[in-house]
Amino acid sequence: MFTVLEKRRLNDSMTLMVVDAPFIAKKAQAGQFIILRVNEFGERIPLTIADYDREKGTITIIFQKVGKTTLLLDQLEEGEKILDFIGPLGTASHLEGYHKAAVIGGGAGCAIAYPQAKALHEMGAKVDMIAGFRNQDIVILEEEMRAASENLFVMTDDGSNGNKGFVTDALKKQIEAGVNYDLVIAIGPLPMMRAVCELTRPYAIKTIISMNPIMIDGTGMCGGCRVTVGGETKFACVDGPDFDGHLVDFDEAILRTRTYREDEGEATREYNCRLMEGAKNG
Amino acid sequence: MAKPNMNPKKTPMPEQEPLVRNRNFEEVTLGYTDEMALEEAQRCLQCKHKPCVSGCPVNVRIPEFIQKIIEGDIEQAYHIITGTNSLPAVCGRVCPQESQCEAKCVRGIKNEPVGIGRLERYVADWYMKNKEREPVKTEPNGHKVAVVGAGPAGLTCAGDLNALGYSVTVFEALHTAGGVLMYGIPQFRLPKEIVEKEINVLKANGVEIQTDMVIGKVLSVDELFEMGYEAIFIGSGAGLPSFMNIPGEGLVGVFSANEFLTRINLMKAYKEGYDTPIIRPKSVAVCGGGNVAMDAARSAKRLGAEQVYIVYRRAEEQMPARLEEIHHAKEEEVILQLLTNPVAIHGNENGRVTDIECVKMELGEPDASGRQRPVEVKDSNFKIPVDCVVMAIGNSPNPLLTKSTEGLETNRHGCLVVNEETLETTREGVFAGGDAVTGAATVILAMGEGKKAAKSIDEYIKVKK
Repeated sequence: MFTVLEKRRLNDSMTLMVVDAPFIAKKAQAGQFIILRVNEFGERIPLTIADYDREKGTITIIFQKVGKTTLLLDQLEEGEKILDFIGPLGTASHLEGYHKAAVIGGGAGCAIAYPQAKALHEMGAKVDMIAGFRNQDIVILEEEMRAASENLFVMTDDGSNGNKGFVTDALKKQIEAGVNYDLVIAIGPLPMMRAVCELTRPYAIKTIISMNPIMIDGTGMCGGCRVTVGGETKFACVDGPDFDGHLVDFDEAILRTRTYREDEGEATREYNCRLMEGAKNG
Repeated sequence: MAKPNMNPKKTPMPEQEPLVRNRNFEEVTLGYTDEMALEEAQRCLQCKHKPCVSGCPVNVRIPEFIQKIIEGDIEQAYHIITGTNSLPAVCGRVCPQESQCEAKCVRGIKNEPVGIGRLERYVADWYMKNKEREPVKTEPNGHKVAVVGAGPAGLTCAGDLNALGYSVTVFEALHTAGGVLMYGIPQFRLPKEIVEKEINVLKANGVEIQTDMVIGKVLSVDELFEMGYEAIFIGSGAGLPSFMNIPGEGLVGVFSANEFLTRINLMKAYKEGYDTPIIRPKSVAVCGGGNVAMDAARSAKRLGAEQVYIVYRRAEEQMPARLEEIHHAKEEEVILQLLTNPVAIHGNENGRVTDIECVKMELGEPDASGRQRPVEVKDSNFKIPVDCVVMAIGNSPNPLLTKSTEGLETNRHGCLVVNEETLETTREGVFAGGDAVTGAATVILAMGEGKKAAKSIDEYIKVKK
């Protein structure tokens, strides 16, 4: 059992939790993730390690409420416990040796992109951070991202912060202005990561993406998370989640994430109904 | 001694009707009643030279426990079995007795052998139902041993070391102990409640089990030594699934048997109230001919699939699955598509499986192992319409631990290299057994290796101090 030490709602859909997990905190590195199970009927879901504190023995996770399990997790209060919390899993990001990097986060992906920007920044690389959100109201981690980068460009789909456009618009502008990136990291929804890869491909800028396929065990025993990279089958939970974005088969990955869409919709609807009933009854 | 029962056939065990059971996940075989057990026990000739015992990888004292059944002392029969076997209710159900104890039974020369597995199961189930097992506490000897992996090998090793007075901690990567007994073998062959009960006995005896601990990631082998463990047993199994590397394996609806079975067995995706989803296919092709393939095919039936095909490239006589499993699968209307090899999987515009393309095979010259090698029949391609494909063509050891540990040698199959006498690996103080060493094998062989390793570890630590 793993205690929630701190809980903060970052906006309407995103929550940050600091969890007591000393063994994991001792080993965690940027780019790795944990698998958790909320209760005994629960499913196992992967979440990226957004931060860790080796001294305090804590792991920070940031999650978006997108379905039953994340809604359930969001109900836990400080002092309450998560049944299973397993990690650190996956291969740590290789961030050494870069000089000028663009780190791009899309929505909830910013929570995963931020520790990468921070790690690069601490290794002495110059970092431009590009963060994309639907609108100004859901911008998260703005202060933290600013502290980890030379330039921070926050883009909104609707222009509600004065910067209308997609993350690719900002990246394109920088590249065309002559900024010489030797690394681009893109983390967010698959179509957004694909768009970034298509943009950087002609410039041959090394582009790392963080895959987010369906996972069960997260230790390489089932292959549920397999992705095709450069024509080879890779397991994202052990070989990744970071991959060379120019080699990833995005079409396949996008179709595979839709495997259980109907079941997921039903589970979430049922859960919400029960919540509403609960609210009515007491 | 009373005259033995000379009935040439084993006393039949009641089972659920095939076309009823292939729609539910309840146990297929229902076990012996007291009368049936007595009748079957009387078929044992009580041989002086006990060939059956040598056929058992953990040498259960078979004629002795059977004699106790005849005397009506089931409690004593249980103690005789558990003297050498820590998971009797499991072994009685899933051991391939036909190639082990029962293969050596004298009655089996002319007629059917004594139903040793069925009797072992009867005794274990009787005890679970009627007795509270008193924890067996031993005087601690002050030494600590770590066991990596809570499958049959690790649990047996831990149980034996604990009985010798060692303080044992088992580290398990998943959230539940049991290994393949929990995530692999389905409920209808091995009810999970039984596995949990057997594991609880070990815990009550003092074995500590820490779940959610992925050794190699959260702690290294070196750190375990630093924490004061004087020896380590690796029983991490063979959990890395193989795919066929044919086109279309990335389509939605293609699973490794490990994923398919883990969702069903460990996560209980088939049961109301559990959050893990599973697709409910209409028509399924399971590629492979081993027990795992049978488990996946029979599970697919129970999820409601109308057509379930076992696609296997050799003939039925060459299938590695137990005869009983093949027999049960056929009764449940699983279709054997033999001498057939998949070459591609096709899908629709949504990336979902629509059919599997196969070629016919014929048996050619015997290979090095003496088995006739299947050869492709030219231009024999045909398609089987399915919406789900399960790959059950084998597993190899997971490299997670060996990749992160220096000095642990593996062979080209990824199996740990050990001294065959002692089961010590290429690193001092680190022992290994079960599928991590042999590649995918059986529960009872893994338990046998767990026992052997416990003995070696005891000797190693005694010499060291």
